[in-house]
Amino acid sequence: MSNEAPQNLVNVQIDGVWHQFPKGTRVIEACSQAGKYVPRYCYHPRLSAPGNCRMCMVQLGMPKMGPDRKPELGPDGKPVHNWIPRTNISCAQDVSEGLAVRTDSDIVKETREGILEFLLINHPLDCPICDQAGECRLQEFSFDYGQAKSRFIEQKVKKPKRVEIGPRVTLDAERCILCTRCIRFMREVAKDDVIGIVNRGSYNEIAVYPDRKLDSNYSLNTVDLCPVGALTSSDFRFKMRTWFLKETKSICTSCATGCNTIIGARENVVYRQTPRENNDVNQSWMCDHGRLDFHYLQSADRLLEPVVKGAPEADWKAALASAARALKALKPEEIALIASGRLTNEELFLAARLLKKLGNPIHDIISHTGKADDLLVAADRNPNTAGAKLLGLSATEPGSALPVIASGIRGGRIKALIVLGEDATDAGLIEADLNKLQTLIVTSLLPNRTTGFASHILPAAGFTEKRGSMINKTGRLQRLNRAVAAPGIARDDWEILVGLIEALTESVSGFTTIEEVFKAMSAEVPALAGLSLSKIGDLGVQLSL
Amino acid sequence: MPAPARRIPHPREKRMIFANIDREGYTPDIDCYLRHGGYAELKKAVTLKPADIVAEVKASGLRGRGGAGFPTGVKWGFIRPGETKPVYLICNADESEPGTFKDRYIIHQDPHQLIEGMIISCFALNVHLAYLYIRGEFPHGAKILENAIAEAKAKGFLGKNLLGTGFDLEIYVHRGAGAYICGEETGLIESLEGKRAYPRIKPPYFPAVLGLYMCPTIVNNVETLCHIKHIVKMGGADYAKLGKPNNTGTRIIGVSGDVQKPGYFEIEVGSITMGELINDFCGGLKPGRTLKAIIPGGSSAKVFRADERFKLKAKAADGSMVENEIGVLDIPLDFDTMAACGSMAGSGGVIVMDDTRDMVEVLNNLNHFYAHESCGQCTPCREGSLWMRKITDRILAGGGVESDPELLASVSNRIAGKTICAFGEACSWPTMSFVAKFKEEFAGKAKKQVPAFTPPEFTSEILTGAQH
Repeated sequence: MSNEAPQNLVNVQIDGVWHQFPKGTRVIEACSQAGKYVPRYCYHPRLSAPGNCRMCMVQLGMPKMGPDRKPELGPDGKPVHNWIPRTNISCAQDVSEGLAVRTDSDIVKETREGILEFLLINHPLDCPICDQAGECRLQEFSFDYGQAKSRFIEQKVKKPKRVEIGPRVTLDAERCILCTRCIRFMREVAKDDVIGIVNRGSYNEIAVYPDRKLDSNYSLNTVDLCPVGALTSSDFRFKMRTWFLKETKSICTSCATGCNTIIGARENVVYRQTPRENNDVNQSWMCDHGRLDFHYLQSADRLLEPVVKGAPEADWKAALASAARALKALKPEEIALIASGRLTNEELFLAARLLKKLGNPIHDIISHTGKADDLLVAADRNPNTAGAKLLGLSATEPGSALPVIASGIRGGRIKALIVLGEDATDAGLIEADLNKLQTLIVTSLLPNRTTGFASHILPAAGFTEKRGSMINKTGRLQRLNRAVAAPGIARDDWEILVGLIEALTESVSGFTTIEEVFKAMSAEVPALAGLSLSKIGDLGVQLSL
Repeated sequence: MPAPARRIPHPREKRMIFANIDREGYTPDIDCYLRHGGYAELKKAVTLKPADIVAEVKASGLRGRGGAGFPTGVKWGFIRPGETKPVYLICNADESEPGTFKDRYIIHQDPHQLIEGMIISCFALNVHLAYLYIRGEFPHGAKILENAIAEAKAKGFLGKNLLGTGFDLEIYVHRGAGAYICGEETGLIESLEGKRAYPRIKPPYFPAVLGLYMCPTIVNNVETLCHIKHIVKMGGADYAKLGKPNNTGTRIIGVSGDVQKPGYFEIEVGSITMGELINDFCGGLKPGRTLKAIIPGGSSAKVFRADERFKLKAKAADGSMVENEIGVLDIPLDFDTMAACGSMAGSGGVIVMDDTRDMVEVLNNLNHFYAHESCGQCTPCREGSLWMRKITDRILAGGGVESDPELLASVSNRIAGKTICAFGEACSWPTMSFVAKFKEEFAGKAKKQVPAFTPPEFTSEILTGAQH
């Protein structure tokens, strides 16, 4: 068998086993791919490699060259190596033909032990009160590669603690291992070169420029990148031990980008949201706004149970029956429906069914827009405008039918309005318009100006509380997953809609699970043909819309 | 400021670079330089093909005088012929290795020799923009150099179309802000780019490939660049006859410490021994003192103990290998023998210590320097240099414990070879060699037991008896 690697692949030996890697693969990545994880602090695949932490040092062997300038081959027909008698960093070096790597030789172990000792001598070792504990690389690698006993009996270097270097990030300079990931992220990715290093030697510490703050909308990514407890989220710190958090893979619903996330929750409370890597969507990042945009779901004002105006108490059955009765009494042209680009595809699909049952009254969604940035934030702040268009809930231009609805209400022609997850006053309606309506059926999470006039308030579930799918601005179908239960007896929106349809038609819809809803949707919508919720997977599916 | 006392060169010196240093009536202006035949070599060089000058430098065997002793011709050879990116030359005048004082005399007394060497080098390497990076502590030197550059420009040796050759060259002086690490060539480049002088990782950032502004860059020491002028004058082959094979030319040795007459001497490389340097050139030790130790090549070179013996392999006249045993004072001052004896010729700064010196104090002094100057970029040097300083601080304060010598050795071993730049070796070699060679002095001061329970915040005070 020929030893020659296919074009663009090189043969590399890692801990005695030969592998093939594409040219340009970093040695550290090659080791990972070969199942030999190399510990690292400063290296991050999406940032430049400064090689400063020295944790990823391995031993390299170069192919021994014979007099004919060709590699000498051993009995196995593979190159023989000249081993470099010291360690080299693996994060800044690409693989080359015939290279050999040892990730666990004695000098590698001694090097790692030495580096960890150096990192720990001036570290406060305050793990019991440190928020990073449980997901701290210093803890993890000390456990894996460190020495149990300290030889350091001098005074530690004192540095500033609890420094609010930005509105959302707190710095403990004593815990910092000066890996500069935060500096490089802000410089290279967020393009806001605001963090640097001051002082010299062991007194080095990170700091923001005078009169500046780490106040970028991407500042919290530095907290994710920080391998230790130096940068912590001012929002999350001291709230919950990380090992108690149940992690749920989901997506952010704050704009049409749909950053992939992990929702961290414990005992039905969401504590944080962090980005989840997806090369086709958000790489490893997300914006601060989106990340913190879950607190409203924990408001004490959440709507907990259905309310029917005039009725002393209402359960779901009674509320839905009452809403259906009110709608049934009207002609299609007397009804309007305002849906939302924040609803899932399943909800929008059922909303379309509802429209059909009502004889296709006028409908639209409300467009929410803002300023886009160059990194992740999209101008379209609805996470699922594409879904609303695909499923026919949006006018061709989102929001263009809203003035027609408004004038219909003002003119008295439209007598009933169904609002799904929106505040109708965002649709150009004023309170007098809402007051005029005979029937105003609202699904909502929180009280708003619309619910104040509602005949039927149907409490719904927030994005951390439900499952479903959305389509982002690039046409990527992605999944939401439930991290916590909705409060009170609030229901998933799809269940509310199924209930309303069933009450209207006085029949059974056949939908008992969201999977069934998706199945029906994929059968009807060609773009979703052949898909199911499970087929979407954690990273989503690119649709051809 | 009164003029410093002029020194008469020692008869065994071979003054080439320092030919005009301390010469009565010699001034740093261009007229004086021209009166003494200045810029003749430049005029000769511009008639040569650049590649031929590079070839002469290669043939000369010149090795860098900054400390590492890397062959200059080989370094220059890294610049690819027909390079499309701009090529930069940087003169490293950040002379800051403790014990080293040679470049400053060239800068202060004979700046045009350096400028001429730089211009010839730029011509040879097709460099149109060169920088002279001078340490911040030499403000007067920077003024002299700026003045010299202006003079050379006015005379047409520099600037657009220099000497009517069609070759353009500008040289700018850049002052550092006072950091030892700026003498490391990639740290210097970062500093010149306006950043923190954090040395770059090599690979991939070899200056000759990805140097200043990511363009090919040659960084040479002041003394090295002065030699270029003399290589052009003599021809590489004749220059190579100076000194010893692989250790060619002359070099400047600076002696400080416990000798009668410290100073600087220019010698043919390897032409005198350490003993001759101390006893003959420097007038010997002070009366009644005995030699204890020598640091041979700037403070980061490993120390020699006075009674050390070295077994060196050498080629006998018949071609067979023989082993010679020599003492410290027999070591010839060249690159290779010094390395074979386990230290380095480095920057040529020789520090002599006699029997009145406490080696723990000496090491502590060095440790203070290195802990202060570590840039802090990479872990081992950042944390290790201060740790070593704290240990020697504590030993001197009376708090030494039994395990200290072993700990110092271990810490220094965990730094060397694991850092981004050579500062790791620079800061750890003193500790490594001092502890290994003067173990009894360290052991004598480090006798206490480590207290049984040692909360880190308080142990130092407990050991040294300080109140807190």
